Amino acid sequence: MRKDTFTRFLLIAALFLGQFSFASEAKEAISEEQGTDLKTEIKDYIFHHLKDSHDFSLFSYTKENGEHKYVGFPLPVILWDEGLQVFSSSKFHHGETLAEVDGNYYKLYHNKIYKTDAEGTINYDEEHHPANIKPLDFSITKNVVMIIITGLLMLLLFGSLARSYAKNNGIPTGAGRFFEPIVLYIRDDIARPNIGEKRYKKYMPFLLTIFFFIWFLNMFGMTPLGINVTGNIAITTSLAVLTFIITNFTGTKDYWMHQFDPLGKSLPWYGKIVLYIILVPIELLGLIIKPFSLLIRLYANMQAGHIVIGSLIGLMFIFKSWIGSPLSFGLAFAISLIEILVALLQAYIFTMLSALYFGFASEEHEHEHEAEVAQ
Amino acid sequence: MEKLLEEFSVGLFFWQTLLFGLLLFLLWKFAWKPILNAVNDREEGIKNALDAAEEAKKEMQNVTADSEKLLKEARAERETLLKEAREIKERIVAEAKDQAQVEGDKMIKQAQAAIESEKKAAVADIKAQVANLSVDIAEKVIKEELSDKKKQHKLVDDMLGDIKLN
Repeated sequence: MRKDTFTRFLLIAALFLGQFSFASEAKEAISEEQGTDLKTEIKDYIFHHLKDSHDFSLFSYTKENGEHKYVGFPLPVILWDEGLQVFSSSKFHHGETLAEVDGNYYKLYHNKIYKTDAEGTINYDEEHHPANIKPLDFSITKNVVMIIITGLLMLLLFGSLARSYAKNNGIPTGAGRFFEPIVLYIRDDIARPNIGEKRYKKYMPFLLTIFFFIWFLNMFGMTPLGINVTGNIAITTSLAVLTFIITNFTGTKDYWMHQFDPLGKSLPWYGKIVLYIILVPIELLGLIIKPFSLLIRLYANMQAGHIVIGSLIGLMFIFKSWIGSPLSFGLAFAISLIEILVALLQAYIFTMLSALYFGFASEEHEHEHEAEVAQ
Repeated sequence: MEKLLEEFSVGLFFWQTLLFGLLLFLLWKFAWKPILNAVNDREEGIKNALDAAEEAKKEMQNVTADSEKLLKEARAERETLLKEAREIKERIVAEAKDQAQVEGDKMIKQAQAAIESEKKAAVADIKAQVANLSVDIAEKVIKEELSDKKKQHKLVDDMLGDIKLN
C-alpha cells in the first residue's frame, strides 16, 4: 500500500520534472549566462573538492559584499626548493595571494604550488599547462591530516580492543564487540581460503590494516567535511605498491618459476621457445597489471561516488524549484546510502584481491602431482 | 592518463607510504598481534574444552560400561552362588535322606533282629513252658490215667490202635 503511494508520487514528480525542464530551458534562454555560470561554479566546486588541498577548510560562503569567506584552519606547507621551506598555508589566502618566503614567491594554482616571480605570473606552454617550476611539495595537506586522524583512530580502537582481551579474559568489550567479528571475517573468509592455512598468518596484519584503513577513509569521505582521501591517485598508488612489494617479496620459488616458465613440464623445451616469446612478457606484465587494477578500481570508484553525490547536490541549486530540488535531494540521499555500501565493498575488494595475490605468490605446488596429471 | 599523472602528488605519496608503514608497524605490534593471539587462544580454549568434554563423555561411557560389566559379573556370581547353594542344599538333603534311610534301615533291621531274637526267645520260652506244661499235664494225665488198670489198658489199646492206623 505504502509502496504504491510512493511510486505514484515518483511518477507525478517525474511528470512535473519534465514540465519543469521545458520551463527551465525557456528561462535559461533568457538568462543563459547566469545559468552556465552556476553550472561551471558547481563543476569547479566538485572538482575542487575532489582534490587535495593545502588547508583544512570545512566550508566557505560568499558575503553580501562579494567577499569569499572560508571556515577552517591552515596547514603547514613543506617545500623542497633548493633547501627546505616551511610555512603556513594561511600565507596563500586560499590561492588569492602569493606567499613570499625567503625572497621566493609561491603561487597556489589549481591546488598546486608553483614558483613565480614577484607578480605571480604563470607562464603557459602550448597545451595551456603552467610552465613554471613546481617545487617538490611535501606539505601536510588535508589528506595527510586525515591519514593521521584515521591512523590515530585505528590505533585507539584496535589498541583498546587488544587491551580489552587481556583485561576481560579473552572477551572484547565496547566497540571491540563490533570490530572483532570483522577481524575474524577477514581472517576466516578472506585470508584463510585465499592464502592457505599454513601461510596466512604473516599476511594478516597487512590485510587487516589495509581493510580498516580504506574502509575508515571511505567512510570519512561520506562525511560533509569534504574529504576525498581514497579517491586520490597518490594514496591508492601507495597502497597498491605495498601490495605489489609484499606479493613479490614473499613470492616462493614456485611463484617465480611460474612467471618465467608458465607451462612447466607439460611442454618440451623446443615447444616452449615459440610460445614463451609471447607468454613470458604477458606473465610479467600481469605482475604490474594486478596491483594497477587495484589502484585504479579504488580511485575510480571513490572519485565517481563523490562526483555523483556532488552533482546531485549541485542539481538542487540548479533546479531551484519545489519539485526538482527535493527530488535531487532524495536521489543524493539514496546514492549516499549506496556509497556507504560501496565504501565497505571497495575496502573488501581491495583486501580480498590483495589476499588473492598473496595466495598466488606464496603457493607451493606439488610438482609430482602435477607431473602425474600431465601424463 | 595524463590527467591522472598530473593529479599524482609525490608529497602525498611519500606521506601516505610513510604514515601507512608506521601505522602498519604500530598496529602489528600493539593491536593485531595481541588481538589475533587472544582470539587464537580463545579458540584453542574452546577446542580444548570441547575435546575435554568429549573425553569426559567417553570416560563416562567407559565407567558406565565398567559398572555394567561389574553388575553383570555380580549377577552371574550371585546366580552361581545361589545355584551352588541349591546344589549343596539338595546334596545335603539327599545325603541326610540317605543317611536317615540307612540309619532307619539299620534301626529297623536291628529292631527286627531284636524282635526276632525276642520272638525266638519268647517262642523258646513258650516252647519250654509248653513242654513243661505238657510234661506236667502229661504227668498228671498219665497219673490220672494210670490210676486204674482199666484205663491203663484202654490207653495201651488206643495207642496201639493209633500205631496201626499210622
